[in-house]
Amino acid sequence: MAQDWKSFKPVLIPNIPDLAKIDVYEKNGGYSAIKKILTDDKWDSQAVISEVKEANIRGRGGAGFNAGMKWSFMPEPDGGPRYLAANGDESEPGTFKDRKIFEFNPHLFIEGCLIAAYAMKIDAVYVYIRGEYREFINMMDKAIEDAYKKGYLGKNILKSDFSVDMYTHSGAGAYICGEETSLMESLEGKRGYPRVKPPFPAQKGLWGRPTTINNIETLANVPHVINNGASWYKSIGPENHPGPVLYGISGHVNKPGVYEFPAGMKITDLIHEVCGGVRGNKGIKAIIPGGASTPPIRGDVIDGVTMDADGLREVGTLMGTAGMLVLDEDTDIVDVITRISHFFDHESCGQCTPCRDGTGWLYKLMSKINNGEGEMRDLDLLIDVCNKMEGRTICALADAACWPVRNAVERFREDFEAKCKKTVYAVA
Amino acid sequence: MADTYEFSKEELEQIEKIKSKYPEVQSAVMPVLWLAQDKFGHVDSDVQKLVADTLGLPRAHVHGVATFYTQYYKEKMGKYVLDVCGSFSCQVCGAQEIIRHLEEKLGIKEGETTEDGMFSIREVECLGACGYAPMLQVTNDKYVNHLTKEKIDKLIEDLKAGKEPEFESMPVVYHQTSDS
Ligand SMILES: Cc1cc2nc3c(=O)[nH]c(=O)nc-3n(C[C@H](O)[C@H](O)[C@H](O)COP(=O)(O)O)c2cc1C
Ligand code: SF4
Ligand code: FES
Repeated sequence: MAQDWKSFKPVLIPNIPDLAKIDVYEKNGGYSAIKKILTDDKWDSQAVISEVKEANIRGRGGAGFNAGMKWSFMPEPDGGPRYLAANGDESEPGTFKDRKIFEFNPHLFIEGCLIAAYAMKIDAVYVYIRGEYREFINMMDKAIEDAYKKGYLGKNILKSDFSVDMYTHSGAGAYICGEETSLMESLEGKRGYPRVKPPFPAQKGLWGRPTTINNIETLANVPHVINNGASWYKSIGPENHPGPVLYGISGHVNKPGVYEFPAGMKITDLIHEVCGGVRGNKGIKAIIPGGASTPPIRGDVIDGVTMDADGLREVGTLMGTAGMLVLDEDTDIVDVITRISHFFDHESCGQCTPCRDGTGWLYKLMSKINNGEGEMRDLDLLIDVCNKMEGRTICALADAACWPVRNAVERFREDFEAKCKKTVYAVA
Repeated sequence: MADTYEFSKEELEQIEKIKSKYPEVQSAVMPVLWLAQDKFGHVDSDVQKLVADTLGLPRAHVHGVATFYTQYYKEKMGKYVLDVCGSFSCQVCGAQEIIRHLEEKLGIKEGETTEDGMFSIREVECLGACGYAPMLQVTNDKYVNHLTKEKIDKLIEDLKAGKEPEFESMPVVYHQTSDS
């Protein structure tokens, strides 16, 4: 890592009082990136895309895809409307970071959207925010209103010929609407059933028009890349997964919360140095590093493991949303996985049979085992159900439901076995 | 007698504004269902009809949307709906004890509403406050974080007196190194 995390100064949510107010944001260098592009240095849209691609901002919504690369998939303009959908659905259990941007630095996010809109020749930005975040939607509405008043949104921004509109859209309680095609269905005023891909959103997205979907935190990184350059950005954290990250840490630590540090933080530093250690000085049973759909890992494998795509792959898990759950040695892991299975059973949209039935089966089997009524062969049955679900559905929710179960059965086998009744084979 | 539902002139103007945000009127369904629920307290089938007729959309479509999303109340709920998060971070920080305490205190089970129509208790999925567990949300609005039995008791007293919780800002934590 190029920079020591202890000397890192937060940039997504710097410690500046009232930064959510537009004049405070401007006084602290806010909206200078869009000025640089539109008026000072007059970048063309290709130059913006190249710089962002070079920075390798890996999507913070879970999949870790290079944002600039995604932008480059947008087709040439054909005169019709083009859209950006900013994904603030934030419903993956363990994840509570985008709300910090809405509350503490909304204009950084708006500026990121402006740059994305300029680069991709977008006409309107829809900010999809989970319905439970009513307070944060109100904050975003206020910030958008202020940006319109100051001429950063609307027609002829900063007197250039660039125009874009921005609106919030409230969800209403459906995890699946965070999946990008479900989100578009929801924005179109329908039930949030994911769409079959292809066609991909860049070809046929919102209202059948070219659309890009990015996470809120992903977009908040963009102004810094324009202001300081891609090489500056890549000097933060690991080369293959650079930049600042909002780590949301929950569970059995002394100081849970959202912290901004470079990508690639050691898990043990996050727990012991940043979060003040495990409650009651207990040992660590397990870590779920990036939300409910990322595979759990054992506490005894985390030494030296870093929070980035490569570091986590080495121990068989994923970065996800960097919403990390810490579980102490007394945790009943079977109980935790059962609750995760309950979540996916509840949130499956029911479109695909393997997912609708499979998530139900996983939850039923997990409950049976959790209640001490399981048998050893139920563990094989769990894996069997996963085999019949994975890769056979419209969206990734079915896979996400399988990963925690499959990996927990493998990695915490003794806990599962201890809960299973010993099967008695009657002698005929 | 069946309740009759209608939007005021101001609300109809607001609905026109909502429609102007989108290229197609169908996109206004969710925001208008929200507006209706804020006004009537629920979106039962009569309210769904009002929304459909106001927007000129098929009633079956509006019904389909209303029933897909869990935050829309398809029937009358308690005045205060206490949505307790039961997902994993809250689970391992005592969510079930919080639910049990609420059940005892209000004399109802999770999923039920008190006879006087004041309170409903529901166990819901992650509300995006995992670091502040256990927590609940009051009627789709304010979050109450770091729940304890005492905090619950106080909340119930306050709500009974008509005092709703205030927004709790949960700051980003800045790391203090020993030398800073
Ligand atoms: C079931 C499911 C739920 C998802 N929920 C979210 C979410 O709440 N927020 C989010 O940003 N991405 C979510 N995603 C990922 C989105 O589909 C999409 O990849 C992402 O918003 C793209 O933004 P990014 O490339 O900037 O990360 C979800 C994906 C799946 C399969
Ligand atoms: S995989 Fe599950 S959630 Fe995704 S579309 Fe199919 S049924 Fe719906
Ligand atoms: S797990 Fe309870 S708020 Fe996220």
